[in-house]
Parts: sequence; C-alpha cells; structure tokens
Amino acid sequence: MQAPAPAKAPATLPVRPLSPHLQVYRLALTTVLSGLHRISGLVLTLSTPFLVAWLVAAACGADAYASAARFFGSWPMRIVLAGLIGVFWYHLFNGLRHLAWDAGYGFGLARARASGMAVIVLAGAAFAATLALTPAWRWLLELP
Amino acid sequence: MSGAGHATRHWRNQRISAIALVLLGGWFLFSLLSLPDPGFDSVRAWLAAPLQSALMLLFGWSALWHSAQGVQVVVDDYVPGAWHGRARWASRLLHLAAALAVAWSVWVLAQGAPA
Repeated sequence: MQAPAPAKAPATLPVRPLSPHLQVYRLALTTVLSGLHRISGLVLTLSTPFLVAWLVAAACGADAYASAARFFGSWPMRIVLAGLIGVFWYHLFNGLRHLAWDAGYGFGLARARASGMAVIVLAGAAFAATLALTPAWRWLLELP
Repeated sequence: MSGAGHATRHWRNQRISAIALVLLGGWFLFSLLSLPDPGFDSVRAWLAAPLQSALMLLFGWSALWHSAQGVQVVVDDYVPGAWHGRARWASRLLHLAAALAVAWSVWVLAQGAPA
C-alpha cells in the first residue's frame, strides 16, 4: 500500500509514512484494557516508594514505624491503598492474559473480548475477596 | 539505544519477572492483609521468620525489576531525543536505590524483632 506523502515535510526530516494514531480508531474494550495495563503498571511503579518506605520504617524501629503508620493510616492514604489493591489485581490478571498471548493462546477478536471480560470479572472478584476475606476491611474502615 | 539481542533479553526477562510476581505478589498481599493488625510488633514478628524475610526480599526485588523493565518500555515509546537516555538512566538509578533500601531493610528485619 502506498502511503500518502505529507504535503510539506521539513527539509531536515526524512519523509516517512505515519501509522494512523489513536484518534482514528473507535474505542473498543480491548483498546481500553490495553491502555489500562500500561497505566496500572505505572501506578504500581509510583507506589513502590510506599513499599520501600514501609520496609525501611519497620527496619528503623518503633518510632519510625509509628510515623509511617500515621501516614499510611490517614484517610487519603487508606483510599489510595485500597485502590492500589484493585490496580494490583487488574494488572496481575491482565498480565496473565498477556502471558497467554505470548505463549500463542487466545488470539482472535471474539476470544480477546472474552478474555478481557474475564479479566474485569476476576480482578473485581479478587479485589472484593481480598478486602472481605482478610482483616483489611476492618483496618480500611478504622474498625477495632 | 540498546544493541541487537538486548531487546530479546529484555522481553524474556520481563516475562520471567512477571511470572515470579504472580506468585510473590499474591503472597505479599495475602500475608500483609492477613496480619491480625498492621502494627510494628506484628510486622516485625512476621518478617523475622527466615522464609518470610527471604520471600520479602524476592518480592521486593522482582517488583522493582519488573517496574524498571516496564518503565524502560514506556520511556522507549514516549521519550525521544537526548532525554531518552537520561530518562532510562534516571529510572535505573532510582530502581537500584530502592532495591538497595529493600535489601538493607530486609536484612535488619531478619535479625529478629527488637526486645
């Protein structure tokens, strides 16, 4: 297929065909899930300082840990941490979907849609189970 | 830019860390959330056990490794020009610093809970 040449390409840049970008496509479930995989991964990356700070505080002693506990126990952080549990499960299940593709399974539009729906259901169920089956919900709601 | 062969290794390593994190991430989340309380004594008692502190080190390192691999892909996709190399090195250094902090913390925690 012949790519249309840009009308006025700057002389210094090589003229290359451009692939159509996001706005050309109608948004589909698979597109949204694909974007969410990268976004959820970046969110988890941005949350690694919380993990490191929590470990370092525990290693430093009771006073440092008490400061960290006050920070993590504040209401904005409770909401953030609860959200991170959901982000974690989404990235995990969609990551398994990617691993299946890498191994050569699950191709085709219908199967990609079905596995995408499965990821949403499983991530939601795991999120609910994590909060319901552990003492986490008591801590998140500040119950004794 | 990485040379030929680096991309294949990166792709393979990203899958290795992903598979490790399916197990270690699940272990971390359920161990942490199953503690009777998230207080100092409970956390120190948990991570004083040899197997548990070893798993914590493995989890922390795999998470940071996988994070660095993911950030590299994002930098490769979106950061052009001179900032591309700088962004990659900044990410590597930050992840390395975090990995060292995790190693030091886990080593201290494995010495046992303070009396």
